[in-house]
Amino acid sequence: MKRRCVKLNYKIIAYVEAIVLIAVIVGFAVYGLYFTNQPIRLSGAGATFPAPLIQKWSAEFKDMTGAQINYEGIGSGGGVKQFTDKTVDFGASDPPMKDSEFSAAPGTLHIPITIGGVVPIYNIQGTSKGLNFSGQVLADIFSLNITRWNDARLSTLNPDTALPDAEIVVCHRSDSSGTTKVFTSFLSDESAAWNATYGASNVINWPSQTVGGKGNPGVAAAVQQNQNSIGYVELSYALQSDIPYGKVQNAAGKFVEPTLETLASAASAVSLILPPGNASWASEGSYFNLHNVEEPDDAYPITSFSYVLVYQELNVRPGMTLDKAKILTWFLWWAIHDGQHYAPGLSYVPLPQTVVTHNEATLRMISFNGQQVNNWA
Amino acid sequence: MKSSKKHPNFLSKLRSISKKKLSGDSVFKIVIMLVACNVFVVLGLMFYEIIQNSLLSIQMYGAEFLLGTKWQPFPPNPNILPSFGALPLILGTLVTSAIALVLGVPVSLGISLALSEFAPKSFNYIISFFVELLATIPSVIYGLWGIFVLIPFLQNNVYPYLQGALGFLPIFQGTIRGPSILTGGIVLAIMIIPTVSAISRDVFAAVPNSQREAIVALGATRWEKARIVMSYGRSGVIGAIMLGLGRAMGETMAITMVIGNSFNLFGSVFEPGSTLASIIANEFTEASSPPVYVSALMEVGLILFALAIVVNALARLIIWRSTRKIKEAGMV
Repeated sequence: MKRRCVKLNYKIIAYVEAIVLIAVIVGFAVYGLYFTNQPIRLSGAGATFPAPLIQKWSAEFKDMTGAQINYEGIGSGGGVKQFTDKTVDFGASDPPMKDSEFSAAPGTLHIPITIGGVVPIYNIQGTSKGLNFSGQVLADIFSLNITRWNDARLSTLNPDTALPDAEIVVCHRSDSSGTTKVFTSFLSDESAAWNATYGASNVINWPSQTVGGKGNPGVAAAVQQNQNSIGYVELSYALQSDIPYGKVQNAAGKFVEPTLETLASAASAVSLILPPGNASWASEGSYFNLHNVEEPDDAYPITSFSYVLVYQELNVRPGMTLDKAKILTWFLWWAIHDGQHYAPGLSYVPLPQTVVTHNEATLRMISFNGQQVNNWA
Repeated sequence: MKSSKKHPNFLSKLRSISKKKLSGDSVFKIVIMLVACNVFVVLGLMFYEIIQNSLLSIQMYGAEFLLGTKWQPFPPNPNILPSFGALPLILGTLVTSAIALVLGVPVSLGISLALSEFAPKSFNYIISFFVELLATIPSVIYGLWGIFVLIPFLQNNVYPYLQGALGFLPIFQGTIRGPSILTGGIVLAIMIIPTVSAISRDVFAAVPNSQREAIVALGATRWEKARIVMSYGRSGVIGAIMLGLGRAMGETMAITMVIGNSFNLFGSVFEPGSTLASIIANEFTEASSPPVYVSALMEVGLILFALAIVVNALARLIIWRSTRKIKEAGMV
């Protein structure tokens, strides 16, 4: 009797397992059918910085058109790689493609879609936001040449603020990051010593005794928890949190507070000398080097574009159809126009009109099998 | 058997066929053996891939990789070779794990002794439940808790007094940093407690009651009884500690969030540092070029792999030696 009971139990388990298995298979089949019936799906991958904005765009665009655009924020390096391998419909990158990357992906169009800025943040008891920094002084602080807040080089820039006689705790990004690249490119241009010792890259051989945090939140936490500390984060992150941030001296010699307006001002200054969309943008570098243009007084110096990368001739991407090409071009067109209205709400800088006009010309270059895709504008 | 002959169905048919040719048992045995052999395949492939991918860096840097103290994947001058020296990482891994053991093992042993020797059954049940719950908390949660709760607490309420009391030792000198080697070790200690205490509780529970009865009959105190239980279960406890050590060395997410991520050959536990696992977590996602950079990170993984194997081998050796001693003692 007992034995039968045991046998029966195994049978029941086997039946339950079979039912679950069938349910899972049917579930997958239904899921697959449902989604293959969806009209149009496009995919993009790349920089994490614009990811919230692009995802907002794709949600709004889906409501409007029904087309689904998936964007994965995997990092600029990964975005360029997947775009070059043609496994995504569009890529995104904070720095423009290097010449070697550009020649590996011929026919790439660079489309600046938003503007980013890197700002110094600090935590000094009794000092609110608005300390003045110059590029040279920032380089000296981050290389531990200036080690105390009451250093003469800092107090000459901030004659009205009493800075404490305390050791500076330097905080930086520990993960490989485009933010670090933008910031250190600026330091390299401003300080020959920095350029010779540390250079500009995603990963820096920081002096020991500095504290690394993972991501913008990690750096912000490190700054907030260490008295007398300094770090750097994306402007949008600084605006959304309560950490004091400083002003940075621009090429015109003015100390400029980073705001959406001062970043936009830098972008409109640089927009006069942008290369055509289908050329190499490598010379643009990691941030706007405004020494070659007449810089407005209110342009924030550590400012850069974030780019969407798309092929000029879309048939190089496997599986591309005319319908998909139209939707992709429409999406980008919409993003640089109406999509920009969503930028300030998410602490992103809307593109100045001059950059939008430049992008319009770039988007008109897109073709599918030799035919211009964008024929509505 | 009779009933199945009366109502022949598919199962009984299958049973009679398979009895003649291939019994269910032997089929089951073959399937299970194949599943078990997967362990070799997975481990072998992993080892092969890691070695294959780190070959470039091994050839370029050799022993310098293990002894170097500079990590600069992108040198400022393109004519200089990138530098990769993993010594601070190896030291960071070893020191944080050692701190974790020093702080975590006594607590774990206390918990498991309390559970197996002292606590009443109902209490025992509740504590076991919570210890096991600790083990299921994802490590990123430990990391977040570390950043937002533990670091401010330690920095303001513990570290200054610790430095005041032990500041004469060089390893407790220097500026106090919240995210540091010591903080990393403390978080790891909390993370290994469930592993070590759950296994040693089972070990102590397996100690035969005759041992306890014998020592109590000799008039032993509870502490003496506990000592006998511990020495009887020594090999099992060492195994538990080694598993905890393995977890501490391989822990990635939580340690990355609290250790300060500085490439730093630290002299004090209040300084920030890095571990083998944390540098992979930090840099691997965006490491695409130059090829030697990826290779160097792979070699860091290889070192971690090798350390884990060494730790495991040591654990086996200790267990083997102590059981042999017990056996010898038993024979005498």
